[in-house]
Amino acid sequence: MDNVIVVSLLVLGGIAALAAVILYVISKKFKVEEDPRIDQVADLLPGANCGGCGYAGCRNFAEGCVKDLNGKFCTAGGSDVMAKIAEVLGGEVSAPDPKVAVVRCGGSTACRPKTNKYEGAATCAIVASTYGGETGCAFGCIGLGDCVAVCKFGALSIDEATGLPKVNEEKCTACGACASACPKMVIELRKKALKFRKVYVSCVNKDKGPIAKKACSNACIGCGKCVKACNFEAIKLENNLAYIDSSLCKMCRKCVEQCPTGALKEENFPPRKPKDEAAPQLNAASGADKVNINPPQAQQAPMADNKNNQSNEQ
Amino acid sequence: MELKTFSMGGVHPADKKLSAGSPIQAFPVPAQVTIPCAMHIGAPAEIVVAKGDKVKVGTLIAKANGFVSANIHSSVSGTVFKIEPVADASGYTKMAVVINVEGDEWEETIDRTPDINANVDAYSPEEIINLVHEAGVVGMGGATFPTKVKLSIPLEKKAEAVLINAVECEPYLTADHRVLLEKADEMLIGTRLLMKAVKVERAYVGIEQNKMDAIEKLTALCASKYPDITIVPLKLRYPQGSEKHLIKAIMGKEVPSGRLPIDVGAVVDNAGTAVAVYEAVMKKKPLIERVVTVTGDSVKNPSNFMVRIGTPIQALIEAVGGLPEDTGKIISGGPMMGKAITRTDIPVAKGTSGVLMLPESLAHRGPLANCIRCGKCVDACPMGLEPYLLAIYGKNKNFEESEANHVTDCIECGCCVFSCPSNRPILDFVRFGKQNVMKIIRARSAKK
Repeated sequence: MDNVIVVSLLVLGGIAALAAVILYVISKKFKVEEDPRIDQVADLLPGANCGGCGYAGCRNFAEGCVKDLNGKFCTAGGSDVMAKIAEVLGGEVSAPDPKVAVVRCGGSTACRPKTNKYEGAATCAIVASTYGGETGCAFGCIGLGDCVAVCKFGALSIDEATGLPKVNEEKCTACGACASACPKMVIELRKKALKFRKVYVSCVNKDKGPIAKKACSNACIGCGKCVKACNFEAIKLENNLAYIDSSLCKMCRKCVEQCPTGALKEENFPPRKPKDEAAPQLNAASGADKVNINPPQAQQAPMADNKNNQSNEQ
Repeated sequence: MELKTFSMGGVHPADKKLSAGSPIQAFPVPAQVTIPCAMHIGAPAEIVVAKGDKVKVGTLIAKANGFVSANIHSSVSGTVFKIEPVADASGYTKMAVVINVEGDEWEETIDRTPDINANVDAYSPEEIINLVHEAGVVGMGGATFPTKVKLSIPLEKKAEAVLINAVECEPYLTADHRVLLEKADEMLIGTRLLMKAVKVERAYVGIEQNKMDAIEKLTALCASKYPDITIVPLKLRYPQGSEKHLIKAIMGKEVPSGRLPIDVGAVVDNAGTAVAVYEAVMKKKPLIERVVTVTGDSVKNPSNFMVRIGTPIQALIEAVGGLPEDTGKIISGGPMMGKAITRTDIPVAKGTSGVLMLPESLAHRGPLANCIRCGKCVDACPMGLEPYLLAIYGKNKNFEESEANHVTDCIECGCCVFSCPSNRPILDFVRFGKQNVMKIIRARSAKK
């Protein structure tokens, strides 16, 4: 019996020793030299593998940074992370304009009536490849949440009241995953302004005015009033649809006052001053449900008559 | 004798051929028609008329744009009212010509006499293909593939036989059945024209055995007048009307994956297409009208109409006694492969074989449950694919694996969904995968 134990110990021990020697030799001889800075950079990155930088994942991006930092930017990490990376690698980081995802559809359940019922596989991509959707608008948000599913940062959620996705600007890193997942191209990355203020056309419907209006009371009808109101040539009208270039927009909000349907939206602005009486009247007459954040003390302000206050102040 | 059929998969939904006994009635010309420019597979036709132009029945209004495309002719006489994008069955807008009808004046070249002209020998194959092209004939079964393209066989390939698809395996639809009964001679002469165009000596007409009257009539007719055409009765089985399955059923040959019927020497055309070819060649009449079955379980008078292309579907629904109150879904085409439509102001196109009003009780999918791995979809798949697997790949956007598992062979017949006890939307995901794989393949070949 003793003999068996000794022999097996010797044999197995011998194999182990031999394998250790082989492994040692190979690991020395075929060692892959890797820049240790890649690991350092990768540790600094958020690790979400969101793809917002254009690389396949965070480690891939770290390799890219080590090769050449010029022009690289991690949208998820932002300037803080990039500054740390610059510290490790040395060199300058060029930060592009910060951006934020904006849902350009105001077709809430209240203003965009359903014309049919969809029963198939519940993803936006499949609905879009099958037909125009449950409402008369073949351009707008489908509302099944493909964007919510791809967001790695929990910045998107479907608002129960409107049936539309809602962006949590604090969490949004502008990686662009939602924008490329949206089959209707409703979501756009727009320039991030102070306090997340934004002025944008909340519609992507290219139908002619009457058709668009019939499908959705909040639709852009291509009337062009906003284009005339804009002093900075930031608004273009193409295919019956207005578009505000966020890089040219000075956020004067003159266009918002002019919009007859409420397709133009201003968000996260303080309430307008009461002396500006023309604007609230226009809004009240059009029944626009403008997204607006009203602090409690502003309830008496004229803007407080908004029917559908989608305030999401944190 | 054992009846012929295809070898693998398939299902048998209830027939419900409610309108089989209703003869084809000429549908009155509506006050306005909307003729879309993309009613065929391939490039949309290029519009050659302008607003305000006067057109007659048979006037060319849109020209084929490229090889895989088809001419489109006015189906009415009148004035072009507008040319603009109009919403189609899917809710998306497509370019269309809207014509206000004035009288019913036909182009002089069209022979409107009912006489049968059987003089096939007067035309050469090239002349036949050219006339078919001029007339804008497309596959009338629903896929609307331009017939000219099918007849233009590449030099290195050789056809052996023409197969006429008179299977009509979709439940409810009876348009082809009535064509077989009422236009038998036209259909068979059209078949001879097709045989001449592709230079073959034999043709087979595949008919499912639920159309015994048509089988008997055509068998007698072929025995006396058309000995080169054989009528083949087929066992009831869906999707026998798919061209690959018809080839398997009649010729016993299997079209290899990714290949075309011509690779096994077959040219398959629908019975309605054969009639359209006859009219195009012998009567110089373009494809301006087609037989449409308007039916449904609660419909008062299920009927078959000869309808001008561009007639609004609403008019057809009114003609059969209006929309039944219990309607849950309106479908353009048959219940298996047709598409649900979201509005009734859309026009009848070249591929509209039927308008089906399904009652509420039949219109909806059952409650969704988890896949229980029963494999019924695999048994039912007539292409020998694994639908459950392709559905998972489609859902996860794993298009490489979709392609590796031959998603492009899917004919979208819906047998998998029909057989699924868990009511899974298998085909939705498979089709999504197929569309994306096709895109990838096109991008790849464009790069080369």
